[in-house]
Amino acid sequence: MIEVNELTKRYGRTTAVNGLTFTVRPGHVTGFLGPNGAGKSTTLRMLLGLTEPTSGTATVDGHLFRDHPRGLRHVGALLDAHDVHGGRSAAAHLSALARSNGIPQRRVDEVLEEVGLAPAARRRIGGFSLGMKQRLGIATALLGDPPVLLFDEPVNGLDPEGMRWVRGLFRRLAAEGRTMFVSSHLMSEMQNTAEHLIVIGRGKLIADESVTEFAARGTRQSVTVRTPDPTALAAALEAEGASVQPDASGAEEWLTVTGLSAARIGELASHHRTVLLELATRTSSLEEAFMELTADSVEYLAGDSR
Amino acid sequence: MTSTTAQQTVASTAVHVAEPGARFRDLLAAEWIKLWSLRSISWAFGASALVIIAINISAAVADYNNWPTYNEGIRALFVPIWAMRDAFTVGACLVLILATGSIGALTIVGEYSTGQIRTTFAAVPARRSVVAAKMAVVTAVMLIYGTVVAGTSFGVTQAILSGRGIGLSLGYSGALRAVAASALLAPVCALVGMGLGALIRHTATTLVTFTGILLLLPFLLNDRHRWSSAILHALPRSAWERLVQMGDPFKSAPYPATTSGSWIVYAAWPLAAAVVAVVAVHRHDP
Repeated sequence: MIEVNELTKRYGRTTAVNGLTFTVRPGHVTGFLGPNGAGKSTTLRMLLGLTEPTSGTATVDGHLFRDHPRGLRHVGALLDAHDVHGGRSAAAHLSALARSNGIPQRRVDEVLEEVGLAPAARRRIGGFSLGMKQRLGIATALLGDPPVLLFDEPVNGLDPEGMRWVRGLFRRLAAEGRTMFVSSHLMSEMQNTAEHLIVIGRGKLIADESVTEFAARGTRQSVTVRTPDPTALAAALEAEGASVQPDASGAEEWLTVTGLSAARIGELASHHRTVLLELATRTSSLEEAFMELTADSVEYLAGDSR
Repeated sequence: MTSTTAQQTVASTAVHVAEPGARFRDLLAAEWIKLWSLRSISWAFGASALVIIAINISAAVADYNNWPTYNEGIRALFVPIWAMRDAFTVGACLVLILATGSIGALTIVGEYSTGQIRTTFAAVPARRSVVAAKMAVVTAVMLIYGTVVAGTSFGVTQAILSGRGIGLSLGYSGALRAVAASALLAPVCALVGMGLGALIRHTATTLVTFTGILLLLPFLLNDRHRWSSAILHALPRSAWERLVQMGDPFKSAPYPATTSGSWIVYAAWPLAAAVVAVVAVHRHDP
């Protein structure tokens, strides 16, 4: 179990993490979401004792991580797949880490096999692709067979097969009763693996709830209608209590309607003798719920759209 | 960093067992693996050793060949002063300082520049123990390297010179001191490199700083003035020069260095470097 309590980190005048409090429980995958620069990596670094918090605490099973002489046996972590010396072979890299934690050498071969790097074990890490480095990072995290696992953006650089493998692996590790805390800036990634979500933006907690609850925030259904006479149809629908907006695309013929079902809109159009060219129900995805929720806390936004 | 003996449980057991204390021996073993799994390190050791020994041998061969042309003045001073200078030439000393300092610095800077240090500390959160283990391993390896290089240089050069009856034996007064000082220069410089590396954490800046202080600074100072010679004698390179010097027939320096002072310099630099490395790594978040 991971417990984060009033965790704060300031760098000069910038507050990277601001009074975060949450708990990550064992037995399922907990997604750690937020836009780029939200403070996810800083939080994970503080959990691992790599960064000293300005105030507050982050503990693993009730202990500060830095109090463990053998970190790998308590927390397995993949923060950045590039955090390896490119001059060593994968086997030598893992051997040194295993030795430092008193983990038997055969465990190195096991995790290399597990992540599919056994054939590349003797090759220099410097020649690895990002996907291979991610696999090596996952192997490192698994080395100590730890009860708690942290992953920062683990699917970066993985091919579709690799992504599917990671999802399966994470579900299996969670099913074994481990605490799985996986960060991502991609909501769609979490949709497939996580049961619980912790969402942060600009260092603050935005949501701490199950994926089902989180998705419910975004399940406002809307109906997209295309008609040659949008003004008349909009008036008719609004008379029935619907909320009508020009479609986000800006095309004149399109309307986005909330508050009425597609069937009811069809009936009303027929009643008012309005031609419908298209009619479709849209359920907003988890991705949209996420975008909506974090819209105010996006640190870096492309272009000058805001 | 308690390296106790009551930990036979560890090696083959599964995880989740009751955990014995941090094992310094495990950290030493890990650093040993890390050192030798980098091909560049083995190459640096091998290549620099060959260059150093070759420089010294060529000096001895030159004196062997030129001996018949030397005048009485040179011949009178050759044993032991010039004979020892063939065993440990200044050029070879500069190569030794540069090679060992760079290797030492890279064992630490290499971790910071690649990001490996975060993986290392995520595995072993006790940063000071990790650095202490790293320094212990490098010191031990450097001691062996220094002994091999200094011993071979002395043995081969003196064997060549003995063909003219002008070689020294290890039993000659001061010879053992010179060999020991040359051997110890390797761990001294490696530790200084590690200290600077931990403090600077940037490859190029670390190597330039190291070269500036240990190799170039002695050229900018002279022993004609009190303050200048005080700084000069406090540098490892000058200390080495004093310790391998077999005599000063011309009494040229008004403020000569002492051998005991030079041994203190040999002890102070690595000790200070070790303290700096441990404190810097502990305080600075990787």
